[in-house]
Order: sequence, then C-alpha cells, then structure tokens
Amino acid sequence: MSVSSTFALVRKDVHSEFRTRYALNALVMFVVVAVATILFALRSDQPTSSVLAGLYWVVVFFTAMSGLSRTFVSEEERGTTMTLQLVAMPSTVYFAKLIFNTVLTFSLTIAVTILYMTVFSDTFVIQSMSTFLVTVILGSLGFASASTIIAAIVAKANTRATLYPVLSFPILVVLLMTVMSATTKALDGEPFEGAVGDFQILAGYILAMTAGSYLLFEYVWKD
Amino acid sequence: MTPVSLTVDGVAKEFNRRSIFRDVSFSLRSGESLAVTGRNGSGKSTLVKIICGLLSPTRGSLAYVVDGKPIEVDALKDHIGLVSPYLQMYDEFTGLENLEVLSRIRADHDITAALIADALRNVGLWDRRNDFVRTYSSGMKQRLKYAFAMLHRPEVLILDEPTSNLDAEGIVMVERCVKEQSSRGMLIVATNDSDEATWCSQRVVLGGERK
Repeated sequence: MSVSSTFALVRKDVHSEFRTRYALNALVMFVVVAVATILFALRSDQPTSSVLAGLYWVVVFFTAMSGLSRTFVSEEERGTTMTLQLVAMPSTVYFAKLIFNTVLTFSLTIAVTILYMTVFSDTFVIQSMSTFLVTVILGSLGFASASTIIAAIVAKANTRATLYPVLSFPILVVLLMTVMSATTKALDGEPFEGAVGDFQILAGYILAMTAGSYLLFEYVWKD
Repeated sequence: MTPVSLTVDGVAKEFNRRSIFRDVSFSLRSGESLAVTGRNGSGKSTLVKIICGLLSPTRGSLAYVVDGKPIEVDALKDHIGLVSPYLQMYDEFTGLENLEVLSRIRADHDITAALIADALRNVGLWDRRNDFVRTYSSGMKQRLKYAFAMLHRPEVLILDEPTSNLDAEGIVMVERCVKEQSSRGMLIVATNDSDEATWCSQRVVLGGERK
C-alpha cells in the first residue's frame, strides 16, 4: 500500500463529494429530520442521560446508514470501480475509503452534538468533555471500520438500500451498546477512569474490524 | 523497449456454472500483438478482464514477466493500459482533472503536467481539457480513455472494442496509438471488426481455433 496513493484517493473522494453531494445531502437531511422528530416526540419531557445518549447514537447510526455506503455504491453506479482497480491496489482503496468514512462520521457526530446541545440545551449537557471526545472519536472510527467493509459488500448487491442497515445492525450492536454506555457516563459527569473499560472494548472492536476487513477486502473488491 | 511476456495457459471462466470459454492458451512477447475475436457473448470482454487482472479465471493461469521479473497481479496496474466500454472516467471532474487525479492515485511520479498535456493533445482533447466529462460526447469520452490508458506508457496495451463511438479522425488516432504501442510493447485487441483484427499479428477466436 502506498501512503501517497491512499491520500490521493481520499483527496479525490473529498473533491468528488463536494461536487456531487452524493453522501453530504443525505447525511444533512437525515440529521435535521431525525433530531426534529425527536424534539417533537419529547416536547417538554426531561429525558434521562441514558435515554438522550441512546437517542444521540440512534441518530448517528441511521444517518451513517444513509450516507456511508455511498463511498462504494457511487463508484459502482457510475462504473468507475474498474477504473479504480486499474490504478490502485485493493489495500489502498480500503484504507482510503476507511479514512474518508471516518472523517465523514466524525463530522456527522460533531454536527449531531451541536444540534443536540442547541435543541436540548437543558438536558444534553456534557459534564465530562474528555470522556465524550474520546467516545466520539473511537465511536466514529468503529462506525467507519465496520460500515466501510459492509458498504463494499452491499455495493455488489442489487438490494443495496435495504441490505446495508440489515447487515450493519448485528455487526454494530456491540459498538452501539458501548458508545451509549460511555456517552451516558460523559453526560452524568463520571470521571474519565470510569469509561476506560468502554474505551478498551471500542479499541478492540476497531482493531478486530479493521484487521478482518483488510484481509477480506481484496475478495470483495475483485470478482 | 522493456521486454515483456505474457503466457496464458488453459484459462477457463464460468459464471454460475455456465461456461463462458475454456482452455484458452497463448503466449505473447514485446512487439507482438493479438486479436481476440468471437461472436457476441463468446467472452472476449471477460478474457480481457482476466488478462488485466480484474477477474480471476475459474481454471488455468496467467504469467507476466517484465524485464525478466515475474509480475504479481497487484503490480499489473503499472504495466497495463486498458480502453474498454465498461471503463468509466469521473463525470464530476474535467478531462484534465481526471488524468491528474488518476495519476496521483497510481502514484506514478514520472507523470508530469507536460506529459498529461501531451496525452490530451494526442487524443484531440486539449481545447476541451477544462470541461466536465459529463459534458463530453461518447466519442470524446472514448478519446479520454485513450489518454488515460497511454499516459503511463504501459508495456501492455489492451483495447476492447477500440473504435466504438469514434469518428474517422478518432479512428486515425487509434491507429496511431496502435503503431506507437507496437514499438513499445505488447498489444491485445478484442474486437468483432475484421479490419481491427488485421492490426494484430496473431489471433484467438473464442469458441474456435487460434489462427
């Protein structure tokens, strides 16, 4: 794998995304609609921190499901998969798409956080910023590491739209439970040490998912 | 000319147990050329994809040797140029941007802005270099594929339906590329056009015998 080649592909994807808005439009619209729906549902209720943490990651999960698959689906739909296969090694493509999806998911979590802090200003108060930041960073990496390989798989299928969340949920359930637990601790103001166990699970998840995806990707990408 | 050889031995391809072709064997060296012909559905494009390393054969093997060294499938990208109907450029980029972006991804540091400009001039797209590919006609897109395929001066040039969508001037451009490639390396042409098949010294007829 060539580092310069990987970053050239990330640059291409970012440039392409700003021109086509394949994923960006879907992500922005989904975040706004989902947060507005939650706001209408809760009205003047005072949800607990664990409910808010759950709703936060529900928005991130479904928004990510609507946008992250585009990295491979758009290449497949435009017929440029073969062009990429001719210029880049499979490992280069995998890591480039992983980096792109990580950046996209991290930006998404930041956007959802800002929206939540604005809309639920009384209840969504981050009392332990360090715990929250580490959760968001590891959560984004975890989401991206799982969803990148799933996107590569579903891009080859005919029923992409329905297959993506269906395949993703069982793979992401461990990650979701862990990030929800860590986010609740951040909202409750528990000390950073209290969330270290969650972070260890997240780190293990990211490592296992990335290593497995790296080994599997070549078979998915070709044929 | 960098010496290059390709040996295809008993290659067969099946999709869902349906045999596309079987037992295709040939060998080629630098300066040689091969036409792959056959009726529609005989597997010409499938064979081209296998030769490019984009598909794996069900049976059989391929071996490339460049400058005396065997080349792994992953490294083939540096030695192969492909023009084919199923290869697409990025519509949201201009012709010039496509070549720049793909060269950077290929990480070929020998490709300079001057070489990219030459490639675009050679295919007659220099004046439209800053237009988005989505505004190109199908013939212009085909020309851009030639610029992309020839840019890194590949030892092996593979053309699948080489003159599709091209006007008379475009066909002259393709013949110039074919001539250039004969002095640089190996040429493989998959076609149904008997005139195009005459560009090559050898022929494989899928579903038939080698002539």
